[in-house]
Formats: sequence, C-alpha cells, structure tokens
Amino acid sequence: MQTVIDIRGLTKTYAGGFQALKNVSLSINKSEIFALLGPNGAGKTTLINIVCGITSLTHGEVLVDGDDIVRDFRLTRAKIGLVPQEMPTESFETVWNTCRFSRGLFGKAANPDHLEKVLKSLSLWDRKDTKSMELSGGMKRRVLIAKALAHEPDILFLDEPTAGVDVELRQDMWNVVKVLREEGVTVILTTHYIEEAEQLADRVGVINHGEIILVEDKDRLMREMGKKQLTLHLYEQLDRIPTALARYNLELSDDRQAVTYNYDTKGEHTGITDLISELRDAEIRFNDLQTSQSSLEDIFVDLVHKAQ
Amino acid sequence: MNFYAVKAIYRYEMARMFRTVVQSIVAPVLSTSLYFVIFGSAIGSRITEIDGVSYGSFIVPGLIMLSVMTESISNSSFAIYFPKFTGTIFEVLSAPVSYAEVVLGYVGAAATKSVIIGTIILATASLFVDLEIAHPFIMVAFLLLTCVSFCLFGFLLGIWADGWEKLTIVPILVIMPLTFLGGTFYSISMLPPAWQTISLFNPVVYLISGFRWSFYENADVSVALSLGMAITFLAACLLIVRWVFKTGYKLRT
Repeated sequence: MQTVIDIRGLTKTYAGGFQALKNVSLSINKSEIFALLGPNGAGKTTLINIVCGITSLTHGEVLVDGDDIVRDFRLTRAKIGLVPQEMPTESFETVWNTCRFSRGLFGKAANPDHLEKVLKSLSLWDRKDTKSMELSGGMKRRVLIAKALAHEPDILFLDEPTAGVDVELRQDMWNVVKVLREEGVTVILTTHYIEEAEQLADRVGVINHGEIILVEDKDRLMREMGKKQLTLHLYEQLDRIPTALARYNLELSDDRQAVTYNYDTKGEHTGITDLISELRDAEIRFNDLQTSQSSLEDIFVDLVHKAQ
Repeated sequence: MNFYAVKAIYRYEMARMFRTVVQSIVAPVLSTSLYFVIFGSAIGSRITEIDGVSYGSFIVPGLIMLSVMTESISNSSFAIYFPKFTGTIFEVLSAPVSYAEVVLGYVGAAATKSVIIGTIILATASLFVDLEIAHPFIMVAFLLLTCVSFCLFGFLLGIWADGWEKLTIVPILVIMPLTFLGGTFYSISMLPPAWQTISLFNPVVYLISGFRWSFYENADVSVALSLGMAITFLAACLLIVRWVFKTGYKLRT
C-alpha cells in the first residue's frame, strides 16, 4: 500500500503554551478514505491545518507524496484540497467565479469543462451564477467542496463536511466521496457523525488530547472491538444471577426483568445454545430475546473514555 | 512562479473594484473634484501665485497624492483584512503560493486602482485649471512609487488589524494629518522656520514635493532626496511584508 501522507513525530504548541498535538505519527494510504475521529479540541483540525499549510508545526515532519510540506510547499499544497469546518465564502461572488478563483490560486490554467463537471456532480450547476450570500447553508457547503475540487487535488481533506446539513445532502456528499475514491483521490475525513465514518471509511484513526490513540482498519476494528449482545426479557423478575451461570458474566438489568449476554462471533462457540439450555435448567423463563451489535460510535466512546 | 495564482488574485481584486465602482472610483474622484472647485476656483482665485504657479494649478499634484495615498491604503488594507474577517484567507494560506506572489496579486491590483484614480483626477483637474507636466516620466515614476508603497503599507495595516476600528484608525489619525500637513495645499517655504524644520520629518512632504516638481519644477526639497525617501519607504514596506510572511505574523497560528 503506497503511503501518500507520512506524519512523523508531529508536535504543535501554540503561542499561549497549549500543546495541541503531541508527537503524532500517522500514515495515510493512497486512495483510501481515512476517518479521523476525536472529541472537540482533540487536535483534528490542527493536524489538518498543519498538513495544508494554514498552521505552522512546532516539531516533526510531514511528507506528502514524499515531499516535505515546508521545504516543498508548492508541490505538496498543489496536491491537496481542503473543505474547512467553518463555512467561509466570498459572499458577493458567484459560485462560478469563486470556483474559478480557487483553481487559479492553486496554479491550474482555466478549465471550464472541469468546473462544469464538478458543479454538476454537486448539483450546483443551475446555481453557478448565484452569489454565495444568496445560497442556503447546505449549498454553501457544496460550494466549499466544489472549490476544494476545482484544482483536481489528489488528496482531499474534509473537516466535518456534513455538519449542519440535511440528510439528503449528507447522502449526496457521501456519494461524491465514494466517486472520488473510485477516481483515486485520497480522502481524509473528520466528523462528529460516527455513522458517516462507519459508512465511508476504509480506516479509522482516533485522536484524543493531541495523541493518536488508535489507527485501525474499520472492519477489523468493528470486528475486534465491537461487541455482540444477546438480551433476554424474563417472565419474572430475577433477584440475582444464579452462581451456576456465573461463567457467562450475565448482566442483570436495573428492573431485574432482563439479562444481557456479551458474546464473540469469531469464537468457535458463541455459548448461546449452552446458555439457553442452562437457563431452562435453572427454571428461568424468557418471553422475548434480541441481539445487537455495537456501532463504531460505541467503540469510539469506549476508546475515548478509556484514554481519559 | 505561480502565474495563475497571481492572475487569480489580481483578477478577483479588480473585479471587486468594478463591482463597487461608485465607492472605488466615483467617490474619491468626486471628493477631489470638490477640492478643486472650493480651493482652486472659489478660494484659489483670491490667493496669489505660489512660485509663479496659480494656486488652482499648484494644489493639483498635492490633491492627486492625497487621494492616491488614502485610496491605496484603504484598498489594499481592505483587500487582505476582509478575507481574514470572513475566514476565506484559509484558501490563500493553503495554496501553493509564495508571499511574493500573494503580495504581487493583492498589492498589484490595489496599486492599479490607485493609478486609475490618480489618472482620472489628473484628467478631471485639467477641466478646472491649466496644467503642464514638465517631466512626465518622473511624474509617472513618483505616482507608481507612491501607489505601490502606500498599497504595501495598507497591506501591512490590513494584516495587523484585528478589528474594523484598527483598520480605520491609522488612516484617520496618522495618514490624513500627515497628508494635510505635507504640503498638499501650500508650500513648506510659506511656513515659519521652526515649522519648516518640523515638516521635514513628515515623509509625505518628500513625496508631494517630488511629484509637484515633475509638474512645475518647483520643490520644497531636492528631487533626488524625494526619490530617495520614496524608494526607502518602499524598501521598508517590502522588508516588513517579507518578515510578516516568513514569521506568519497575524496570519498563521
């Protein structure tokens, strides 16, 4: 797997002394969708801003396609597109003009065909002559994506791209991201909607207090850290779990009306059959059962709480 | 050289001027024309010639300079301050452009606007008073030097300012008094000796004096000194702009 962004020992200390990043090392592979997750103030935006050149680094090194972001900034920045977290737009400019400006700024000759393609893919073509100030919040978000794609970047940073947008637009954006990946664009995504990362990401990184606490393939992460649970709703309240069932580590609900069993689907035996048999032996009857699987969000919350 | 980036910034800024043509061009030309009417025609007719030049004609170079200086600062400071204020500056900071290219785009466009305004005022003045330009090339050189220098100064002001008040306080409290006391409406030689000496600490005196010399060959200070001061001011602004971009002062965290 070819590494497209290589971050080595990156530290960022702001003028006031706040250390936003602590010795962060991270590799992003070419053409993958990488989701960077973390609570507010974890360092996600600082990390992105450093790679893009908006914030200066204190220590460490960042290579983009093998080129140093400080020494070879022309080469590295030309390959990167950024959709920022906030929605800064040139209020008085039309969509077309602002996208044309972005393309020129990143050193590309005018290419109306490409801009047309980008605007059409984001359902902005019929608004191309509209001033940004006349657009809705969701439309402005699309304009920012169009601007980031105007110079045909190899790497796209999306810093919470769907914050505050409606469900339909979110689905549209997910589709755009998937198409970009198919075209070979590397996408680095930060989001508060863990569902977004679950839907899109190939790999997931979790950052907290300026430190990367985990980087893992998303499917493997969900397989290895995700829990499957079987919940049995009982006919009668249970005072306590019988000692004969201790090996199952059952959890009794607060109303004593349900027991929960955590099991591993990867193991040879889930233990479900044995559990049900032993419940019958213990004369514990149930009238309903359900299974559930922990989401990426549950895993994320667990990880962050453990780190704290 | 990222030529496309320079062109994009330049074109974007020029488009802003044409979008706000009343504010950018009509307003300064109109206010300067009022000066011609009031000082040149109404009051000027009662004032005797200065160094053999009618008062109406005498004030023309000073009024062009006054307008060009204030417009240069206003245009370029707003050009960089507004993206900072709205947050769109992130795009310029993340683009593959050097500080020289950014300055070339923003300051180049602002200086172009100032030259356009200066030229329109010159043409307008010729409708009210008799004008002669003894040294047109030197006149153009002074005009360009002043436009570029004050645009650079305004650019620095826009980077330094972190609020609208700061953006306007320097032009109102510093630049305006310096230009009015810099010989726009009078010759320094008309002042008492002590005030003549004090005036020599005002850098605007040198610019107006040199510019006026290119018209009528009358100057308060030597043309070489005026030119030297203008170049020194330009060099100082360039050095500070370079330092700002190298350190990221008020731009990069």
